Amino acid sequence: MPDSLALDPRDRGGLQQPMLIARDLRKHFPVKGSGNKSVQAVDGVSFTVDKGETLGIVGESGCGKSTLARLLLHLVMPDSGELIFDGDAVGVPDGIAVHELRRQVQMVFQDSYSSLNPRMPIRDSVAFGPFVQGKKKDEARHIARDMLRRVGLDPSLFGPRYPHELSGGQKQRVNIARALATAPRMVILDEPVSALDKSIEAQVLNLLRALKRQFNLTYIFISHDLNVVQYLSDRVLVMYLGRVVEIGPIEAIFERPLHPYTRALLASRPSMDPARRIEEPPISGDPPNPIDPPSGCRFHTRCPFAETVCETTDPALGTWQGLQSHVAACHMRDPLSGHSLSGHA
Amino acid sequence: MSRRATCVTRSPATAYLGTPKMALEDAAPLAEVHDLNVRFVTREATVHAVNGVSFSVQPGEVLCILGESGSGKTVTLRALMRLLPPRRTRIEGSVRVDGQDVLAMSSRDLRDLRGGLVAMIFQEPMTALDPVYTVGQQIGETVRRHTGCDRRTARARALELLELVRIPSAERRLDAYPHELSGGLRQRAMIAMALSCDPRLLLADEPTTALDATVQVQVLILLRRLQRELGMGMIFVTHDLGVASEIADTVAVMYAGRIVESGPVAQVLSAPAHPYTAGLLASTVHGQPRERDIDAIPGSPPDMRRLPRGCSFAPRCARRIAQCRLAVPEPRFPEPGRMAACLVVAGVRAS
Repeated sequence: MPDSLALDPRDRGGLQQPMLIARDLRKHFPVKGSGNKSVQAVDGVSFTVDKGETLGIVGESGCGKSTLARLLLHLVMPDSGELIFDGDAVGVPDGIAVHELRRQVQMVFQDSYSSLNPRMPIRDSVAFGPFVQGKKKDEARHIARDMLRRVGLDPSLFGPRYPHELSGGQKQRVNIARALATAPRMVILDEPVSALDKSIEAQVLNLLRALKRQFNLTYIFISHDLNVVQYLSDRVLVMYLGRVVEIGPIEAIFERPLHPYTRALLASRPSMDPARRIEEPPISGDPPNPIDPPSGCRFHTRCPFAETVCETTDPALGTWQGLQSHVAACHMRDPLSGHSLSGHA
Repeated sequence: MSRRATCVTRSPATAYLGTPKMALEDAAPLAEVHDLNVRFVTREATVHAVNGVSFSVQPGEVLCILGESGSGKTVTLRALMRLLPPRRTRIEGSVRVDGQDVLAMSSRDLRDLRGGLVAMIFQEPMTALDPVYTVGQQIGETVRRHTGCDRRTARARALELLELVRIPSAERRLDAYPHELSGGLRQRAMIAMALSCDPRLLLADEPTTALDATVQVQVLILLRRLQRELGMGMIFVTHDLGVASEIADTVAVMYAGRIVESGPVAQVLSAPAHPYTAGLLASTVHGQPRERDIDAIPGSPPDMRRLPRGCSFAPRCARRIAQCRLAVPEPRFPEPGRMAACLVVAGVRAS
């Protein structure tokens, strides 16, 4: 549970209203020259993010986690599905407009260099957001100085510099300052520390934690590194080939993972202890191509427990509500599925 | 069998006597690097990428060079095969592989060395493999270059190798182009190519970094098995402590172009001697309590064009003393087989 929630004047739906609800989001990218094949990047993804929490999203490359992040801000338009931000549907009449959503939800990307304008000193990059959202130039500059200070960069020293004059860690700090300059309520962090060295990664993680408290933020934290997700998140959503396979509170996922894929992911983490090395690979093979994904349960081609039902029928994720629920899309969890291990696993 | 490496920074030859048993136990090391210095010279600046690195690797031993980006770990690895751009690079020191002086080799001898006695695998198989030749053709070419056999024999050997690295339906994969393979299979194909001429020393430059977690562990286990079965020596460069703990016998931790600590992997990871190693371990996220900040190392690594005087880590070090800034610390040996180049480490000095 989020520790403290001061009442935010921008709060519309009340504390019980989730910050963000995503319902059945779908995005297929057509593949040119292949007839009507498509990459099923995100295929029917639903989840909620509560106010003040950090939702971690994990999965291997190509599982659709970055596409999902972009769908949430309409940086990529979903084919279908619904987004509700603090009780207001996004991009529909009577709802919240996309530009207003982007004022309240900001994003930090993995590649810290390509997400900054190389021709702009960083103080202007940070001031740009508030400026286009109607702040006066002086005000925007003032906000930029303040934000740079809060992310640990001296504004008079770093403000006039250009992105290429900064190290990777410093650039990522600038990106965080840029995201926070518009005073968002929620920040989507798409692999924000993956490109950083370990000693710098720790600094940025500490910074993200401190800022979340200071600004009363809600985070969506996307990463392939389960250790980092475990450290930072309250709940975790596990994706595989465009679908949610498991979602639940952090302790539950790490201590009692339900889905065989989640278990394999957890078991694939290096031990950090040479006396307890991994002797057998938890699963074999690579994630399949998201063009033409496997039928039924998409994990059945790599799953040690796969049976006929897994090839033919899509497992449902089950129903879930609130913070406490922990569900997985696996036939072994469903007593009526016909899987021989159903109810045992 | 003894699996021990000595790794020392800026040491006189006598440093090896710091662990006296060594000289008796170990026959000729497979690879021996002594006081290696690598500088990249351009008109604007000189980058001091590697500064006085010494280590040795025994046959059948896995040495992990651990370090962050810019620490000189990849440059050290490439110097072992002289894969650095010759015109801009100044290499000093000595590099011997199987008794041969690599730095004195003619380009003809180098071509025999590369892929023969010493082979290398890279981080990005997609850029290391040639996109316009099939996997079978590329492996076959290497085999024919080094053994002079005919195409058919080379193809048979390629098939054997793909099976060795456990590529499923190997026969079919021989005729696949690199882009037709998944990331994990591509990396296996590159390993197969590296092993094609039975190298005695395998150099691995972050070969699992670009792979997904579930695939990374498969490739690590494969490399470990192959290394053991074929009795190769291996130098494995990585930034990931977890990967090192899975594969290394000994580790050498690099910072700003110097080896700051070395020793058996279990001891270095469980009781690091150098403050940098300790800091790296503490700042790597692995199950720390969620309600506390991670013990991050403050600051960032130095500019390799303008290295600070004395210990390069001193500006970030919580345990620094005034003498740290005066000279590069001599290696000390806290216990046999271990080295740390740090003034605050208790231990036998080199001289």
